[in-house]
Amino acid sequence: MKIIVVGNGMVGYKFCEKLTSQSIKCQITVFAEETRPAYDRVHLSDLVNGKSPEELSMSSVEWYRERGITLHLADPVLHIDRCDQKVTSFSGIEAYYDYLVLATGSAPFVPSIQGVEKDGVFVYRTIEDIEQLTSYAKKAQIGAVIGGGLLGLEAAKALLDLGLEEIHVIESAPRLMPRQIDDRGSQMLKSKLESMRIRVHTNKVTNRIIGNECISGVQFADGSELFLQMLIISAGIKPRDELAVKAGLSVGAKGGIIVNEKMQTSDKNIFAIGECALYEGMIYGLVAPGYEMAEVAVAQLTQANKRFSYYDMSTKLKLVGVDVASFGNPFACEPECKTLILEDKNKGIYKRINISADGKYLIGGILVGEAKDYNMLLQITKNKILLPPNPEDLILGTGGEGKENSATKITDLPEEAIVCSCESVNKGSICNAIIAQNIESIEQVKKCTKAGTGCGGCTPLLQELLTATMKTQGKYVRNVLCEHFQYSRQEILDLIKLKGFRTYDEVLDTIGKGDGCEICKPAIASILASLWNEMILKQDTIQDTNDRFLANIQKGGTYSVVPRIPGGEISPDKLIVIGQIAKKYGLYTKITGGQRIDLFGAHLSDLPLIWEELIAAGFESGHAYGKAMRTVKSCIGSTWCRFGVQDSVSFAIRIEERYKGIRAPHKLKSAVSGCIRECAEAQSKDFGIIATEKGWNLYVCGNGGTKPQHALLLASDLDEETCIRYIDRFLMFYIKTADPLTRTATWLNKMEGGINYLRNVVVNDSLGMAAQWEAEMQQLVNTFKCEWKEAINDPQIRKRFCHFVNAPMEKDPTVEFVPLRNQVKAKDWK
Amino acid sequence: MNWFLACTEQDVPDNGGACIKYKNEQIAVFNFKRRGEWYATQNLCPHRQQMVLSRGIIGTQEGEPKVACPFHKKNYSLQSGKCLNGSEQSLKIYPIKVENGMVYIGVEE
Ligand code: SRM
Ligand SMILES: Cc1cc2nc3c(=O)[nH]c(=O)nc-3n(C[C@H](O)[C@H](O)[C@H](O)COP(=O)(O)OP(=O)(O)OC[C@H]3O[C@@H](n4cnc5c(N)ncnc54)[C@H](O)[C@@H]3O)c2cc1C
Ligand code: SF4
Ligand code: FES
Repeated sequence: MKIIVVGNGMVGYKFCEKLTSQSIKCQITVFAEETRPAYDRVHLSDLVNGKSPEELSMSSVEWYRERGITLHLADPVLHIDRCDQKVTSFSGIEAYYDYLVLATGSAPFVPSIQGVEKDGVFVYRTIEDIEQLTSYAKKAQIGAVIGGGLLGLEAAKALLDLGLEEIHVIESAPRLMPRQIDDRGSQMLKSKLESMRIRVHTNKVTNRIIGNECISGVQFADGSELFLQMLIISAGIKPRDELAVKAGLSVGAKGGIIVNEKMQTSDKNIFAIGECALYEGMIYGLVAPGYEMAEVAVAQLTQANKRFSYYDMSTKLKLVGVDVASFGNPFACEPECKTLILEDKNKGIYKRINISADGKYLIGGILVGEAKDYNMLLQITKNKILLPPNPEDLILGTGGEGKENSATKITDLPEEAIVCSCESVNKGSICNAIIAQNIESIEQVKKCTKAGTGCGGCTPLLQELLTATMKTQGKYVRNVLCEHFQYSRQEILDLIKLKGFRTYDEVLDTIGKGDGCEICKPAIASILASLWNEMILKQDTIQDTNDRFLANIQKGGTYSVVPRIPGGEISPDKLIVIGQIAKKYGLYTKITGGQRIDLFGAHLSDLPLIWEELIAAGFESGHAYGKAMRTVKSCIGSTWCRFGVQDSVSFAIRIEERYKGIRAPHKLKSAVSGCIRECAEAQSKDFGIIATEKGWNLYVCGNGGTKPQHALLLASDLDEETCIRYIDRFLMFYIKTADPLTRTATWLNKMEGGINYLRNVVVNDSLGMAAQWEAEMQQLVNTFKCEWKEAINDPQIRKRFCHFVNAPMEKDPTVEFVPLRNQVKAKDWK
Repeated sequence: MNWFLACTEQDVPDNGGACIKYKNEQIAVFNFKRRGEWYATQNLCPHRQQMVLSRGIIGTQEGEPKVACPFHKKNYSLQSGKCLNGSEQSLKIYPIKVENGMVYIGVEE
């Protein structure tokens, strides 16, 4: 059987995947208009946030080859000859079919506005579209999107992420997302967007695009104008039915290839699936129904019995920063149903649920501002689960994540409940797989069931399902390190200490299994370092790359060098040395956010030479590469500042000298401020100290980074000695009990009893550990050695600092630099 | 096939890798001492085209020997070169043997 697929988008790909997983003999040929194999269009916007096109790809050229599929890239089909059952492609290939599958998707609908051809006007559909608009955005400050629907808002968020200063959304309808949410929801969404620099104009019809060659603005039907430098048109989609029209297949009045419930077009040898197919007057612009259509078409070819029927169009907007979702029938109203509405203008939350007239079932709803219950509500709607007596609880948000709600427990869902709609996997098959295959991780669930591999929206539900199922199996859900160790980090640390293990191999042989991996090796390396403080390069191959070469790896494969500059205080002589070394080795220099100087672009083989010179000038390693104590920032304090009440620089240097290089589950940062004005930002550090008239206030568990959190006051008006004792205890408690790669803030967030419990342990010694911890810390302080000094003096270790073992004098020839403001930088990667 | 002498056994750290220059090619050699196995792959990580795989941590995933790229932790099978997460291209694999403390890599003529 010869099958030809026209179009290699998401649905065309899914068709090939499903068909080749069946055991039928067929010869498949795919014609694709785009230059690369199918990619994940749903996550297209990730490109503006740094994902590469490769990361979006769903398959590779090899994938098709392995399955015996002939794939013609960049070669669209131009003509279908239905009599001869033959297609002709752009490059002139003629191919015959028994069955033809049209999966040509859709194209952005561009209204006929005067001037749309100008530079700076874009659509939002393919990787190339995004690449073009990304590069154009570099020179634009004001941008706009025509269309306030799902895709338009996603495009607006992309403009925001691209760094534009002012963004407008222009919608001709009276509200945003007219197909998904109601007026009040739209109002709430509008105010949320406006707080994110996205201005919304509703009831605005665009008449004309102004500008010479490039766009400089738009003019509306009401005569008003808006100035802007780039525009994305996202006014809806237009099914790609042009081939079908030419071949005389039936199409809908507004476009779309008409199909029946078997996905057959008006020619029974031709199927249409995905966004080009019109079923019962409707184009389904989502992947999940498209995948279902692919499955139905495959079923016809394999004589299986499967029909397409109305598909749920519930959606959740992927906009980071605003939650918006609608499910079931969001607009149903009285008398067909009863509507419950929760509106909290203060928090910017709007929730609406529509309940059947008899009060038993959920029909649909809208969530704006907070959509964490979306998955659960969708399940309740789809599976017709009986509502609890007080359905308002569903939107009032009683209890964390709605878990305490009797109606919203995952265990209440029927077996047939579709948990992953992209791959159409139901609850029953997931639970069965977990039990039958002894699954214990979310990755395994995804691998074995394919659930969660599409849009990923169901991952939280999968996690809940996994935990619940494991519990019913009597399995203790533990926080194990990785497949090689059935213990948590804390348990491993205790065991290592108890048994006195000094090497990773001993640990693996005694309490682990298999051969280790990139998760357990560095985690155990960190534990060994925290316990014994031995030179880490004695076991260099278990260290993460930065620790292995005592430097941070950079784009291109060179390294950075950060000498320690305690408290940020540095003498002119030392500054000169840094400058001379940077010049000699061609390094880029920059003052870091941690009050020290970073030298970038060092070749691996130059690292020991650079450090030799730095050490000779009195510098030490700054441990910028380690999950270790980094810097203690200081302000100038009473030494110079007219407000300073204590000498913050001296104390910061003392603290940094004490704790330098100590390894921990994650990096540690500190700061000391000389007065309440807090110029050293101590309240954003793992531990921060602020001077008072009487002494020092100690704050703990703050951090900047991805999820900033202010540090909390642990104790006030301490003298220096007490302050240091408390820090000793605090750090040892953290080192002993935190999970790998957990900063102190996250560690505290997970701690039962929170800061009060921590204060009790550290200040009141409620665990009776204080003396031991202080002694252990003193031991670490006493055994401190500068790693770089040890490394350059050990010929065995030094030997490892070369790029080619068989040509140690040669540097990596692929490293390239480009000039930048009188210095150099790494060449951009692809 | 041509076996060229790449380095000595001691040149490659136990349970780790090192990079070998062969004409204009860069080859990552791994001494998986724990398993008594040696592997050789291309040194270039296909993800961002970085010459670094020899500096990656090696280990196993469900028994399959692999290397994790130091940059973004993409994992590649040392046996087949296949990417074990996501769909990066596969690594080129070279035959390798150790005789009398010397490491040889097989390259096409
Ligand atoms: C150089 C520097 C930026 C600069 O030029 O200012 C920097 C550079 C890097 N930071 Fe940073 N961070 C630098 C200050 C900061 C700060 C500000 C500060 O310390 O006052 C923060 C926020 C404060 C905080 O940590 O709470 C910061 C938050 C991060 C994070 C997020 C941590 C988090 O908990 O969310 C990472 C990622 C990580 O560690 O996992 C990171 C990781 C990195 C790495 C190491 C990424 C990497 O693995 O390659 C960067 C490379 C450094 C290099 O190659 O030398 N960097 N980084 C700063 C070095 C300070 C120093 O002297 O050691
Ligand atoms: C930015 C964005 C965000 C989205 N977000 C979501 C979301 O969150 N959830 C969701 O469910 N959906 C989302 N979608 C919609 C989803 O991407 C589509 O429903 C899905 O891609 C449809 O798949 P398809 O294969 O039918 O069409 P497409 O993926 O468009 O593929 C059709 C392919 O056929 C090719 N083609 C056309 N004519 C020919 C020809 N004559 N010969 C050869 N090839 C041809 C086209 O070039 C194209 O590559 C989003 C879409 C975009 C653009
Ligand atoms: S914020 Fe830190 S990790 Fe991110 S790019 Fe800047 S230096 Fe690198
Ligand atoms: S460069 Fe190797 S994982 Fe990114």
